[in-house]
Amino acid sequence: MLRFSRSKIIATVAIIVIGLLLAVPSMMNREQRQAFLNAVPSWVPSWLVPSRAIVLGLDLQGGSHVLLEVDAQDLLRGQVTILRDDVRRILRDTRVSSQNGIQTVQRGVQIRVPDAADRDRLLPRLRELSQPIGNAVIGQSGNNTIAINTSPDGVITLTYTDAGINERVRRAVDQSIEVVRRRIDFGGTTEPSIQRQGADRILVQVPGLQDPQQLKALLGETGNLEFRLLAQPGATDVDLLPMEDAGGQRVPVERRVIAEGGDLTDAQPAFDSQTRQPIVNFRFNIRGAQRFGQATTENLGRQLAIVLDNRVISAPTIQSPITGGSGQISGSFTVEQVNNLAVLLRSGALPAKLTIVEERTVGPGLGRDSIEAGKMATYVAAIFVVIFMFATYGVFGLIANIALLVHVGLIFGLMSVLEATLTLPGIAGIVLTIGTAVDSNVLIYERIREEVHAGRSIVSGIQAGFDRAFATIVDSNSTMAIAAVILFFLGSGPVRGFAVVFILGILTTVITAVTLTRMMIALWYQWMRPKALPF
Amino acid sequence: MRLIRLWPENSHFDFMRLRRYSFPLSALISVATAIVLMTVGLNFGIDFKGGTLMEIQAKSGQANVAQIRQTAESFGFGDVEVQEFGGTGEVSLRFPIQSGGEAAQTAVVQKARDTFGNDYDFRRVETVGPRVSGELVQSGTIGIVLSVIAVLFYLWFRFERELAVASIIGTLHDIVLTIGFFVITRHEFNMTSIAAILTIVGYSLNETVVVFDRTRELMRRYKAMPAEELLNLSINTTMSRTIMTATTTALSLLALVLFGGQAIQGFAQVMLYGVVICTYSAICISSPMLIYIGLRGSETVKVPEGRAAAAE
Repeated sequence: MLRFSRSKIIATVAIIVIGLLLAVPSMMNREQRQAFLNAVPSWVPSWLVPSRAIVLGLDLQGGSHVLLEVDAQDLLRGQVTILRDDVRRILRDTRVSSQNGIQTVQRGVQIRVPDAADRDRLLPRLRELSQPIGNAVIGQSGNNTIAINTSPDGVITLTYTDAGINERVRRAVDQSIEVVRRRIDFGGTTEPSIQRQGADRILVQVPGLQDPQQLKALLGETGNLEFRLLAQPGATDVDLLPMEDAGGQRVPVERRVIAEGGDLTDAQPAFDSQTRQPIVNFRFNIRGAQRFGQATTENLGRQLAIVLDNRVISAPTIQSPITGGSGQISGSFTVEQVNNLAVLLRSGALPAKLTIVEERTVGPGLGRDSIEAGKMATYVAAIFVVIFMFATYGVFGLIANIALLVHVGLIFGLMSVLEATLTLPGIAGIVLTIGTAVDSNVLIYERIREEVHAGRSIVSGIQAGFDRAFATIVDSNSTMAIAAVILFFLGSGPVRGFAVVFILGILTTVITAVTLTRMMIALWYQWMRPKALPF
Repeated sequence: MRLIRLWPENSHFDFMRLRRYSFPLSALISVATAIVLMTVGLNFGIDFKGGTLMEIQAKSGQANVAQIRQTAESFGFGDVEVQEFGGTGEVSLRFPIQSGGEAAQTAVVQKARDTFGNDYDFRRVETVGPRVSGELVQSGTIGIVLSVIAVLFYLWFRFERELAVASIIGTLHDIVLTIGFFVITRHEFNMTSIAAILTIVGYSLNETVVVFDRTRELMRRYKAMPAEELLNLSINTTMSRTIMTATTTALSLLALVLFGGQAIQGFAQVMLYGVVICTYSAICISSPMLIYIGLRGSETVKVPEGRAAAAE
């Protein structure tokens, strides 16, 4: 035991030195890190230079965590509307008429075609609406998006299947992530992270954001823009929509859509040159420009209704034909509203409403205080334990303390390499492992003491102490690891940060408490040739 | 230099005798916990109950709690809990979960920011909707159950059946007593509390495993030694290590309680209590359990009537 091969010593020391070096970038702030990386001579290969750093969790650097959920009900409503329009189109194309129009049922629509010949013409076309679910990777799953049922008396029902709805939700989440990404473009250094979570959720994390109000305003709107006409008195086929300017009073708007958000190529906030009012300038693509030009030419003097998410945000009077493909939206807007509106229009519409199901925001001040308190607690805990170990085990205590410091350093090193997130509970985890890491050393030392007192020589006592304590150390750390791994898979955010620290702490304990301690004790023995144990 | 010894060497303390006090005591606390849990319940934080928590700090350093309370009550979002903490004008507000689904929660935050934003900094805002809180309850419960099952498997592989059963009883005992701490002190119970409980599960086993490792070793060495004596010997020989580790862990946790700041204090307090409970249960609950379960499979140690009395 007290004979270490040279290669083993070199390997252990190398592992520890590399581990501690990896922690270096995490100990600096952004500027220092940049300076450090610049100071490294250029002939050193880049993979040799530790550059990765621990990421501070939102609870430590301040920022906003918002969990959004795709509103499946809203999505289904939209899908059923599309289905209705498709069925209407097919009925028109095949010149078949349904006896009592198109009825909306739970999850779908229903028509009634008593004539069998009509049905035979109609059904193949309807079946085209139902797409098989699957993709190039997994192949066909054998499910279709829409189920079509025909009863003997000629009632045809088209409903979305469960698999169809799930598929739509999945696709809606993908689209929403793209739209959200375009909407949250704050510029600057903060990198928002946007990721899918579970089947129907999106997690948005924006570091350094103090007040997520604007973020929520941007994410709370579907952003569905339509240009329609205000209906004339007595018109049928109208929707009654609330009008923003008139304090939410409902006005009749024609159902026919002239152009929509998807036809826009650009939208920018600006100021009207005459009234100095904040406005949004927009440009249409060719299709939109044509339709808009035609509609404004035909309806001079009438009021255009600019509808956003089923609210009339402004209703300007058409003064002259607008054929150039560009226009402006004006109304009683604030600068901020105009900015948001431009972002909404540029980013496109969300496929469905997003609801905020969870929000956690920490101000930067609290984050700073937490880091300071965490540092303080870590130092104090380390000092407590270091003094206590030294007072109990003398030289062996010093050895345990060196192992302990290396242990904490290695946790940081590993976290840097993994670019793991350090959270406030993570700091608590580090402090806790300071207390538990010495457990392995204590197990070994107490065992050595027992063996020597039972009559062994110092060398064989040390040898036996290490050998016998090892099984116990593995056992006790495994039980801790089990709890930590479960915590990792269950927890999210801060709690997961605690689990990460805990798992890494257990891994490094075995290296530092067993191998490193053993080596230091071997060296001490060779130098001192002691006649008795120092404790 | 004189070194500290927290525990005398070659001690021969009769730990098994303590079971006459520890069993009834633990049973009493467990029953009390069950009763309070059924009647009053845990003081759930917003993670599990849903609702909104805000921590605000007066820019002037002086918070007017009475005024905040009055204003917050007038919002009409239900009963608001307003508490001052920290001493530098920090106030926490808790709003109950709003009926009307996820979107209704957002209105609370908006209203509070608009009202208090001028005089106060918003240091923390957390809103949890009904669906998410339900899921958190589920994952928290699953976590504790899973950890117990996983640990059971581990012990089953590592130890003889009797030792595994005794360890699990000890661990369950520690979970119950930790929950007892929460119900009796009205400590807030949230996701961090689940983390604390899982950590305590780990620590609890750690303590029991160290004693039982020694028990197993002694069983092989002294084949004829009666269970009670054997267990006493296991605890006495590992006691100095148990005390040492409990002390270093407690010292670190104490540093967290004193300096770790408000957000972490709760966790550290629970863990500190946990360390004491785990040490106690390894010695006074799990080990004596073995006397009743029987150490060597078939052989259950009969405790003759009156022998305990004679020992006094």
